[in-house]
Amino acid sequence: MEKLLVLTHVDESGAALTRASLEAVAAGVEFAGALGATLSIGVVDAQGAASAQQLGSINARVLAVTGVEFAQARYSTDAAACEALVRAAEATLVFAPASSRFARVMPGVAHRIGGFVETHITALAKGETLEATRWFYRQRVEAVVRRETRPWFLLLEAGTRSAFITNGGAPREVETVSVTLPALRTNVSGVRAPKQDEQTIRPDAKILFVAGAGWTKKQADGQVHAAEAETLILGFLKAADASLGSSKSLVDQSGENQTVLKFMTHMNQIGQTGATPRHPKGLSTCCHGEEPHVVGWRFINERRAISLDPNCGWARGKADVLYVADAFKVMAKVNALLVK
Amino acid sequence: MANIFHIAVCASVVPDPLQTLEPVTGPTGPGLKNEMMLPAVLDPWAASALYEAANLAAAHAGSKVYLVTLGPKAKVQQVMMTVAQKVPFELVAVDGPLGGFTDAHSTATALADAIAAIPGLDRERLLLFGGWESASRGAGATLQIVGERLGVTDQFQGVDQITVNEDGSFEVLERVEGGKHQVSVCAGTPAVLGWATGNLPEPRNNPQVGMANMRGVMPALQKAKNVKLNANGLSYVSVSLPKQQRVTRVVRDVPEDEIAREIVQWIAE
Repeated sequence: MEKLLVLTHVDESGAALTRASLEAVAAGVEFAGALGATLSIGVVDAQGAASAQQLGSINARVLAVTGVEFAQARYSTDAAACEALVRAAEATLVFAPASSRFARVMPGVAHRIGGFVETHITALAKGETLEATRWFYRQRVEAVVRRETRPWFLLLEAGTRSAFITNGGAPREVETVSVTLPALRTNVSGVRAPKQDEQTIRPDAKILFVAGAGWTKKQADGQVHAAEAETLILGFLKAADASLGSSKSLVDQSGENQTVLKFMTHMNQIGQTGATPRHPKGLSTCCHGEEPHVVGWRFINERRAISLDPNCGWARGKADVLYVADAFKVMAKVNALLVK
Repeated sequence: MANIFHIAVCASVVPDPLQTLEPVTGPTGPGLKNEMMLPAVLDPWAASALYEAANLAAAHAGSKVYLVTLGPKAKVQQVMMTVAQKVPFELVAVDGPLGGFTDAHSTATALADAIAAIPGLDRERLLLFGGWESASRGAGATLQIVGERLGVTDQFQGVDQITVNEDGSFEVLERVEGGKHQVSVCAGTPAVLGWATGNLPEPRNNPQVGMANMRGVMPALQKAKNVKLNANGLSYVSVSLPKQQRVTRVVRDVPEDEIAREIVQWIAE
């Protein structure tokens, strides 16, 4: 019989499990049932208070690692915590959210346990045995894989399933697992983020705005209008509470001494060498190109594009609607309508 | 005391991102159609790691950069013709299969063995660099396992910046959710850094650097050990291209006002 362990961790507040963790719990509940496996939930929680409320009376053994050392997302402590939880649960299958915190450590933990890891899992299914779907070549090739060897660790992409919701029953008893820590050589001193009004990456936004290099090219009057482009883009992000993505060609311009949009960094880059964010809607503007860029919005549900090129490879066959128009003019009017 | 680093950069060879990829299944498992014929490049994020390594080594006299790669010798040689002109390094080559469908654990074993065998490598001064994910397998797993195999348990992923202090400690910026960076200070080497984009532009080609590098590249390729990668129980149920093709409604010759109204209405839905 398989022994399924779902590893979870708390969010920055330290008071609640992350949404991605609860999605992994939901996957654990579903597939423990489908596989006839026993279910355990492992929690990395410095204060030791988050799991009880959110897991409620879940039909699973709940194990926790607690202590001030685990308040920081740090490889050495997180790896030790996850290793201890996996050993305590004697897990043969391990689900975990593909958060930055767990993506950092889980391959190393799998190695320590003598197991194997698959990452970026977007779907799970029960065939002859458990099967996992993931993408290769930066979201250009999709594959379904399985492993005969155990323990098998699966890092589940956030946003690919609903989160677990407690039934409100009396909380399960939480078993505390002790951890032997190595000498700590790394100290996490904090998080560096743009000021609130300068933050252009918003994972929870309903819409992703994708800016292409066309924003910094010469326009119909023969001039570059970078300042106007910045105003229009930032205006839209603010009015629509949107997240900002960019093509590689646009973010690369800063290194090539070309006109740049000052708020644009490599963090905004989407596509084959950037991120593949998940948002319900996406609006691309002034983008051009083919497959390498298109992978950037592979996980955007509803897609529209504004481009002067009616045959734009970014849009044709990839977007639901292509507006053949000047993005400067359209976005100025969109912004005006949004702030009304 | 001066800070001297021995930087091992793990980097794979991947198909040029502009190429069309078509998966095929052969007797040994899935691969890409005409894989050996596709133009190849050094993996983009690993290339960022290489440039950052060279920059760090240049700033700390006595430091060395090793480029550790696993792939078919002929393909690696082809890519080195370009990469060798960018920054100084010593190539450590392992002859093995190309492609993203191999097992990360086997790849990590081969790379760790190659690094451990580098003559003169001081493991106490080791910085293990690489891309945080490759453009082929894209697992983001290999580097951590290499680190574990080499006994390095201070690891950072999605790194965009390293700043070395006089005492040998260094500050690392790692990408975390929401467009933020986690800031950590590590007491010193050894450490693993899986790089995202970093901050450096691609260096211009330097023929002198190229000539110096190529003197070591050919011997390294000649003595590259051949390795077989174990699947470790991994099998593929299916490998396919995404089929989804959308029916795009093309809206043209419509006033901007009307387009704007339609977009705003769509956003509000």
